[in-house]
Amino acid sequence: MRSTSRDALLSACARHSKWEVNMSLRQGLRAFGCRVRGHLYGVPVARSVRSFSEKVTAESKADRSGAESTVDHLIYTREHFALKESLHKIIEKEINPFVDKWEEECMFPAHRVFKILGSAGFLGVNKPIEYGGLGLDFSYSLAVAEELGNIRCGGIPMAIGVQSDMATPALTRFGSDELKKEFLQPTISGDKVACLGVSEVGAGSDVASIKTKAVRNGDDLIINGGKMWTTNGTQADWMCLLANTSEGPPHRNKSLICLPMKLPGIHIARKIDKIGMRSSDTAEIFFEDVRVPYKNIIGQEGMGFMYQMLQFQEERLWGVANCLTMMENVIQETIDYTRQRKIFQQPILHHQAVHFRLAELQTEVELLRSLLYCTTAMYIRGNDVTKQASMAKLKAGRLAREVPDSCLQFWGGMGFCSDVMVSRFYRDFRVLSIGAGADEVMLSIICKYMNTLPKK
Amino acid sequence: MSARVLVGVKRVIDYAVKIRVKPDNTGVVTDGVKHSMNPFCEIAVEEAVKLKEKKLIKEVVAVSCGPQQAQETIRTALAMGADRGIHVEVSGKDYDNLGPLQVSKILAALAKKEETSLIILGKQAIDDDCNQTGQMTAALLDWPQGTFASEVVLEGDKVKVIREIDGGLETVRLKMPAVITADLRLNTPRYATLPNIMKAKKKKIDVVKPGELGVDLTSHLEVLRVDEPPQRQAGMKVETVEELISRLKEAGRM
Repeated sequence: MRSTSRDALLSACARHSKWEVNMSLRQGLRAFGCRVRGHLYGVPVARSVRSFSEKVTAESKADRSGAESTVDHLIYTREHFALKESLHKIIEKEINPFVDKWEEECMFPAHRVFKILGSAGFLGVNKPIEYGGLGLDFSYSLAVAEELGNIRCGGIPMAIGVQSDMATPALTRFGSDELKKEFLQPTISGDKVACLGVSEVGAGSDVASIKTKAVRNGDDLIINGGKMWTTNGTQADWMCLLANTSEGPPHRNKSLICLPMKLPGIHIARKIDKIGMRSSDTAEIFFEDVRVPYKNIIGQEGMGFMYQMLQFQEERLWGVANCLTMMENVIQETIDYTRQRKIFQQPILHHQAVHFRLAELQTEVELLRSLLYCTTAMYIRGNDVTKQASMAKLKAGRLAREVPDSCLQFWGGMGFCSDVMVSRFYRDFRVLSIGAGADEVMLSIICKYMNTLPKK
Repeated sequence: MSARVLVGVKRVIDYAVKIRVKPDNTGVVTDGVKHSMNPFCEIAVEEAVKLKEKKLIKEVVAVSCGPQQAQETIRTALAMGADRGIHVEVSGKDYDNLGPLQVSKILAALAKKEETSLIILGKQAIDDDCNQTGQMTAALLDWPQGTFASEVVLEGDKVKVIREIDGGLETVRLKMPAVITADLRLNTPRYATLPNIMKAKKKKIDVVKPGELGVDLTSHLEVLRVDEPPQRQAGMKVETVEELISRLKEAGRM
């Protein structure tokens, strides 16, 4: 036995409980490909007849999540874990087997998938019970977001997120009962597909400068303009639309409107061909004299911009929760791969540059998770968490690029192939720094709270 | 009818987990490993809940034997629609030695205590593959049994069971009370929906000790050794049928 490995084993024996010693002994032995017989300080040592390092014996991700439920958790209870367990089954049976096909076809059947999720109660977790929701707090929505990270692509969770937590918060809080019955209820049950219309060709980060107009005409609004980057846009039954409803200061002249998507004048101009999130259909849409009842305005006319800013906070936290699981999965798959792939007669994982880097990445993911849970706990108690949510979103966007990029390097040529997950996540995660609030916007928000922006 | 159904649910290592043998070859690694309800037990719960939804039976009681964690499995059954649970607390050495004979003694005692009309179990557990508990329980109670059920139909005080057997399908009619074990094609278990998961929080789980049921847990079996299956050898390609036959003869397979 080499001296370094012996030191590692001895220190493991000294510091830990017997169970942990056995575990770390086993792993230590595996890492160094040792075959040791006999005993070390009274602790039985593996008497294997096969060299463990040859075999891919890494714990499946199932192992880790099993250990989760018996561990003390900051905000998740037994029900959160039962929820994740059930959702996991649905994902493994109804979604993951088809992901490769849907990625290739650049489309997934939103109505079918949302109906399955809606029937199981996963689309209305924090929505009111009167409309089919479960009336639970946002921590349950996050548990759903985290579990959806086990889907083998980024596009479908993003699409589900729009349906469950991005197109609906304002409607839930400020919409009339009539509007909620017509739009919120079927969205929660998965019968209607929702989309969010905020960004335009000429306005993304600068939400205040959108040009779409909804002009009052008797009891109706006439809508002209267009929307861009609309997730679920080609399949949606209704859109939560942000439009200018009056002249006046740009933060006070907009309204959120529930817009049915089959009305005359609505043109789905094209499905955008993107480098990632390919299974999610993203549409460019035009409105030409679209007529919708005035009562479809959510809440107060003119308050749309404010409502949308509020909606963004939940959207951002949701996005962070979602990418955490995906990043951990990418790291774990990279560990599994590099453990059995050899380079210069040793597994790639043995090289310190590799396992140290993965440890760094895992640490960063854990830090982001702590920020997320802390922010959620405060949000549930009714605090304004704009600063922390922006920080979390900023970090998530950057980390979600760093993790697949570093991991892909360790996969070598295989990482560049479409056959493996890491390349898909490399493409999918790039948009996290752009959508739902670009990094630069997040930085501006944080600076505003830090009082460092130049005064006008 | 006041029919009560007892469903046995076992907590086993999740089917997706890669099993590892302990270094001392006394068993498999279970610490920190994901566990879930045995898939055949899920099918059993589903069948019981379906019968209740058809209003043919009144109450579904989920039973599990094991340490504290067995309650998680009972909660999954409650989230699927069972009305209440019974956790028979068995831990430590007793749990390591718990086998079909002990479990069937427990189930038989519970069935009598709870005035059960029907016991539905999974046909076997995916960890030990014994396929004995249902049969032993029926024998201890002197009840009729319908094992490997692919269809169950209640007909008054009788139950018709279509069984999957080697030669095809066999239909038997049993007079209740009876024991049924569920096979794969009996039904497709439902997902525990979120509303039901939250409702399950309020459902009751009673904790019982085997001694209270008058059951003796001593095992007459001793596990001597557990080994991994031998590693698969590489195959070889042959060019002609003659070569295939000669190689098979060489290997002593013919």
